[in-house]
Amino acid sequence: MRNIWVICRKELRSYFVSPIAYLLLGMFAIVFGFFFWNAVGYFVFAGMEAQMRGGMYPMNLNEQVVRPLISNVSVIGLFLIPMITMRLFAEEKRSGTIELLATSPVRDYEIILGKWLAALTLYSCMLLVTALNFVWLFRYGNPDWKPLLIAYLGLLLQAGALLAIGEFISTLTRNQIIAGALTFGVCLLLWVLEWVSDYDSTPWARVMAYLSVLTHFESFAKGLLTVKDATFFVTAIFLGLFLTARSLESLRWRS
Amino acid sequence: MITVQELTKRYARNAAVDHISFNVNKGQIVGFLGPNGAGKTTTMRMLTCFLPPTSGTASVAGFDVLENPLEVKRRIGYLPETPPLYPEMRATEYLAFVGKLKGLRGPELAKRIEYVLDRCAIADVKDKVLGKLSKGYRQRVGLAQAIIHNPDVLILDEPTAGLDPKQINETRELIKDLAGEHTIILSTHILPEVEQTCQQVIIIAKGKLVATDSVDNLQNRARGAGSVLVEVAGRNGTLDPTTVLQRLEQVPGVSRVLFKRSHAARSTFEVEGQTDRAIRGDLARAIVESGWDLNELRTAAVSLEEIFLQLTGADAATEISAKSAEIEQEPAAKGSNR
Repeated sequence: MRNIWVICRKELRSYFVSPIAYLLLGMFAIVFGFFFWNAVGYFVFAGMEAQMRGGMYPMNLNEQVVRPLISNVSVIGLFLIPMITMRLFAEEKRSGTIELLATSPVRDYEIILGKWLAALTLYSCMLLVTALNFVWLFRYGNPDWKPLLIAYLGLLLQAGALLAIGEFISTLTRNQIIAGALTFGVCLLLWVLEWVSDYDSTPWARVMAYLSVLTHFESFAKGLLTVKDATFFVTAIFLGLFLTARSLESLRWRS
Repeated sequence: MITVQELTKRYARNAAVDHISFNVNKGQIVGFLGPNGAGKTTTMRMLTCFLPPTSGTASVAGFDVLENPLEVKRRIGYLPETPPLYPEMRATEYLAFVGKLKGLRGPELAKRIEYVLDRCAIADVKDKVLGKLSKGYRQRVGLAQAIIHNPDVLILDEPTAGLDPKQINETRELIKDLAGEHTIILSTHILPEVEQTCQQVIIIAKGKLVATDSVDNLQNRARGAGSVLVEVAGRNGTLDPTTVLQRLEQVPGVSRVLFKRSHAARSTFEVEGQTDRAIRGDLARAIVESGWDLNELRTAAVSLEEIFLQLTGADAATEISAKSAEIEQEPAAKGSNR
């Protein structure tokens, strides 16, 4: 247990000592800030318009601001997750430090969990940036906080799953660019698989739609906590971490 | 301390390590000697549980590398060929991280960090970022990392590779210093290094064990100690090596004369005497009386390099001699007394 913490701290330190963390956080803050400004601006505009027409149009902060924004966060996350995970193992393999980890009295799962937790922590820091924006909604408006909390839980679960998959991909190569590009491709695919459900309902299409993170994220974005969708993400996390463990083990037999 | 039996590592087609067996006793420094690609690194990786053996067994301090890897890892300090440093970390941060990985905590960890900083002479760079250190310092931080948890066994893969002569000497001294507390296996393809630092040598070539013995024994075993090197010069600027050779062969007590090399009017011969016969005086007299100059007369100390050549065949050793020739350039190495 303590070893997980030791490894997690080391990973976090290297994220925050190098420009990676600040770059990701800064970029994310700017992009999300724009989305937020845009969403609120539109909401205010729509509100004024509704007022002029006699206030017939029902206005809802959660539905019109929070929900699209949360969806945006999950899409931006898609781009940032590969940047977080690509170095996890690829860099250790390239610089040879993997030999230090592998010959230290720590178990593989401790290394894997430590790294995954560090990646998740960095992602959580990015979510904190978004929370700073939402604080203003509560200051000047009156949104419901429960759906927002569930949406955040959904974001964390989704990121946990994608980060685990990214961690697995990072064990496959010693080249960070390859790991990043591959992770991005897989994340994107897992995202857009849902689109087939728009025009097709054959079993294959249903399977593909089921595999998509979008399918399972939608309910969280709405503020619904469903066992089915939570299970999907938890399973995906376990699968990703399990594959990482297998890959790490096979490294020893191959290299 | 270390027991290796029939250890084999096989890749798709070829065997990188082929049925190697040896023992290392507590407190010894053992040199693992062989040309590049002989299987030194692979063997060391199996001992450190980085790679699993295909067949055979290896145990460290009584723990098998396959059955009890965690116990083995606790007792081993390992310095891979390239020191496993995180370039963005500071030296003390790094040592603290490695110390924690090895299970040290709190005041004990702080004490060990102080100790290795001092021991490896890296206290002056303790707050520097590792990526900016020179090669010599990186190597020493690598060594510090390996001994931080005071392991029973130290495994060092080419600890002096890529260092300059001064750093090489410092590293060798450090390793010799550490010998009292740890059992050390170090790999190298530089022969004088083994002669200088190790008590026992294990020679492997092409994945096979060629010889394992003490350095002294190997030197004695290779040839009798009666060889003498003679350099003869002609007085008038010319010298016919064949004539000299014939003359030397007639000296009483001489059993064999080998022509070594010739340069301008100087020729060098290796003269083997019959056992227990003092031939030096007769040799000197014979040369001077024949009208030549005697430039040099000395005992031909057999170097490990020659033993290596004998044991592995010239093929594998070409690279070795090239490498060690490089090293002999430096005045500090004593490999030049051959």
